[in-house]
Amino acid sequence: MRIRRLQAIALKELLQIWRDPRSLMIALLMPFTQMFLLGYGVTLDLKHIPICTFDREASQNSQALLKHFEASSYFTISRNIRSYPDLVDAIDRSDCKVAIVIPPDFSERLNDTGRSTVQAILDATDDNTANIAFGYAIAVVSGYSNDVALDTLDRQGAQFQQIQPMTVQSRVWFNEDLESRNFIIPGVVAVIMALVGAQLTSLTISREWERGTMELLVSTPVTPSEVMVGKLAPYLLLGWIDAAFCLVLATFWFGVPFRGTVFTLFATTTLFLIVVLGIGYLLSVLIRSQIGASQIAMLLTMLPTTLLSGYVFPIDQMPTVIQDITYLVYSRYYVTIIKAIFLKGAGIPALALPILFLLVYAAAVMTLAARAFRKSLD
Amino acid sequence: MNGAGPTPQAAKSDQVIADDLVKRFGDFVAVDHVSFRIARGEIMGFLGPNGAGKSTIIRTLCGLLRPSSGRAIVGGIDVARDPEAVRQRIGYMSQKFSLYRDLTVEENLRFFGGIYNVPRIELRERMRFAIDMAGLAGREQALVGTLAGGWLQRLALGCAVLHRPPILFLDEPTSGVEPASRRRFWDLIHSLASEGVTVLVSTHYMEEAEYCHHIALINHGRLIATGSPAELKRTAIGGDLLLLECDAPGATLEALQDAPDVRDCSVFGDALHVLVGNAEKSLTELPELLAAKGLRPRHVAQIPPTLEDVFVQLIAADGAAQRAAA
Amino acid sequence: MSPEQPIIQVDGLIKRFAEFRAVDRLSFSVNRGEIFGLVGPDGAGKTATMRMLAGVMRPDGGAILIDGIDAVADPEETKQHVSYMPQRFGLYEDLTVDENIRFYADLFEVPSPLRRERASRLLAASGMTHFGKFRAGQLSGGMKQKLGVICALVHTPKILLLDEPTTGVDPVSRRDFWRILYGLREDGVTIVISTAYLDEAERCNRLTLMHSGRALYCDTPAALKKHMPGTLIAISSADGRAVRSAITGKPGVSQVLLVGDGVHAVVDNADMRIPQLREDIRLAGVSISDVAVAVPSIEDVFVALLETGEAK
Repeated sequence: MRIRRLQAIALKELLQIWRDPRSLMIALLMPFTQMFLLGYGVTLDLKHIPICTFDREASQNSQALLKHFEASSYFTISRNIRSYPDLVDAIDRSDCKVAIVIPPDFSERLNDTGRSTVQAILDATDDNTANIAFGYAIAVVSGYSNDVALDTLDRQGAQFQQIQPMTVQSRVWFNEDLESRNFIIPGVVAVIMALVGAQLTSLTISREWERGTMELLVSTPVTPSEVMVGKLAPYLLLGWIDAAFCLVLATFWFGVPFRGTVFTLFATTTLFLIVVLGIGYLLSVLIRSQIGASQIAMLLTMLPTTLLSGYVFPIDQMPTVIQDITYLVYSRYYVTIIKAIFLKGAGIPALALPILFLLVYAAAVMTLAARAFRKSLD
Repeated sequence: MNGAGPTPQAAKSDQVIADDLVKRFGDFVAVDHVSFRIARGEIMGFLGPNGAGKSTIIRTLCGLLRPSSGRAIVGGIDVARDPEAVRQRIGYMSQKFSLYRDLTVEENLRFFGGIYNVPRIELRERMRFAIDMAGLAGREQALVGTLAGGWLQRLALGCAVLHRPPILFLDEPTSGVEPASRRRFWDLIHSLASEGVTVLVSTHYMEEAEYCHHIALINHGRLIATGSPAELKRTAIGGDLLLLECDAPGATLEALQDAPDVRDCSVFGDALHVLVGNAEKSLTELPELLAAKGLRPRHVAQIPPTLEDVFVQLIAADGAAQRAAA
Repeated sequence: MSPEQPIIQVDGLIKRFAEFRAVDRLSFSVNRGEIFGLVGPDGAGKTATMRMLAGVMRPDGGAILIDGIDAVADPEETKQHVSYMPQRFGLYEDLTVDENIRFYADLFEVPSPLRRERASRLLAASGMTHFGKFRAGQLSGGMKQKLGVICALVHTPKILLLDEPTTGVDPVSRRDFWRILYGLREDGVTIVISTAYLDEAERCNRLTLMHSGRALYCDTPAALKKHMPGTLIAISSADGRAVRSAITGKPGVSQVLLVGDGVHAVVDNADMRIPQLREDIRLAGVSISDVAVAVPSIEDVFVALLETGEAK
């Protein structure tokens, strides 16, 4: 590899990027808008679920239970219903997702048998939300149930030491607020890098063939490796700028806690950029039409990265076959890495395995791209 | 020969008249007081460097641009007054033969017939004429995209004359076409001209210019010469042309730079073309002059100038005249 | 490599595009320091041949030797000393004139001071000294051509390959361009130029006349003209069509062609036929001003050769 030729190609590419408004827009505007869209748009938490209450007993006990629902941050009481037809109507009109019905013999049964039931009617057109809401409702009722039990024991004048019931005190490590945002946004950064990176480089070779400048270039002694490294260098620079931008946004705007070191982040991000830029470049070499290359690039990066990288859908919840396939999805390794760096403060030794996979990927892509580049019109 | 001289045929039958035509685009004068006449049945060639104003003149004549001053009269109609009527009377064939490659021969003809408003009854007969002229009988259903250059060219001509226009404009009509096809094409043009069609051709191809009855040379928006090819070759070159075959063209060229009576000198293959004031004189003088400098040409003879020689000399002379006047 | 041996040797070159034979067993040789023409109409296979010489397209058969190197087996070796100017503008429209020149100088590792000196000399010779900061896309067609040549010459190649550089260029600019080429020839550069303008063949030292992927002839222009089958005569008359009707089909007469000031025709024996034709014309009642032997143009030779099916 001759350094001068490499430099010449890198400089030319840089000038062209700088003077092309379209690629600058992809490079700078797209990550910006994606961060905000995905950052704010995607959340897995449910808060303030609207519920209706139908208190058929209207006793002190029933009101006490409903107060628990009121106090919960998961629920907002939107309506108090007085009849079943009204209830059906409320759910139909989506005034509430859950209706809590307290039967007219609630207190009576509680006093007689010590057990009573509460009905929860769910709008299951949105299955996920319904399930989650149900879980929350159970939790609220359990809370009430505990209170009633302790109260009863107390009134019965238990003369024994209050047995503290065993409760599981969960201590959430690494994402204490259980803010889904904290674990999604680092993944979002990975997704954006994957998309933007491949789009940028997918046009670089095909554009030169279409414009006719490649015909002249391949008549010179320049080698495929020189072309590849020279062309990727400016895009790496752009990639660093983009990544820095997204990561700064994540930390300072979205407030995702950053516990790792900048060095680890930089090193692993560089490696990932090399992979995605390399993939875009490889596509550009293989597909000599600009439109074709760019569309295939979108296909091969968007789908795997959003569905199979683990950024929002956990990999270990997927069917085993699919799990095996995700080993091929390069963004999966970076998603793991970036979440670990942000939330766990992991260093390079801890991330050795995903880093190794990315290294192998990078080597494979670069070798393929260099080999596939033919200095010939046919 | 210069400017406004009428062509030999009777002035009454002039089909295209440009009278002191001027076209300005802002401060830029694209057409600068151009006057010429083309008689019925005449083939006139427009020559000139790129950007000389040929296309602007043609567009004005077609009614696509309004003259800034002066008049353009085409087929008896003043272009500025009634551009639409003018377009009925002209046929236009462009450089890239604008035919639709994914339509058949017949569909293309039908399309252009519609565009030119050829009456139904006539259209069938005209289409037959065009197909025969192009030699495409039996291939009416062939997709135009499958035809080679010469066929396309003749078909494009056919499409341009469906409505029997008395005047035909051809813009670089034979670029990229084989010589044999080109000759056949020009045969057709001559045949149309003999039937009374007036033809105006814009071209770079000197060989094409030879096919024309008259030539107009345009430079920087001005008409700097007109005449038949033969006339121009005889009178416009401003001297006699000598061919000088030698072994060291570069050195010989240098040696002739200040030679007396040498107006211009350029390398041509293994020889030099030398423009002198008087062939007889130079035929004896130059070899002596060169011998004195140790150069011995193999052969010196007078040769007839080509249109290209004429063209280049005229442009150069015009350039010099303009600079002197400035 | 002895100086007498050709610097380029092509033998039996073949190139196919699906069923179509673009280049069909083409053979020719180019001598050191000469201007060699690949001359022929569109579709003759010129561009495919140039691309194979430049190493940007692979032949399907045959051999190419460039300065002793097997260009088919090892095209990369040849690229150090060859400069190629494709038919389509191959420079970067979004880079300036200076940036383009610098890019190509760097690709050939031309030392900076040398590049600066050469660039300014070449720009001055092309009248483009003040155009350094212009984007290449803003230049006129003629200037783009010149820029292409400058970039091709900045590293002083031994061989220059030019694919139809004068197509669509007006005669004045064409003459300027040839002046540049002759200057290069003086400096010892070997030039291979392809053109569809048959009259440009006369400007070359030697040429190959091509048609349908084959060579019709390969020699100097003068020898080519002597190889013309028959003699060209020019009949001056105001009524070309009548003259044509009068002489077409007469014995020994072929390729009757209408031109602006009369008729051209090819006869097998001028001394015999001219008087005969004068008689035929007189009998037909057509007036003519002159009948004379004319020098055939390369196009006349080309058409005649095709017609008679002759090939070297």
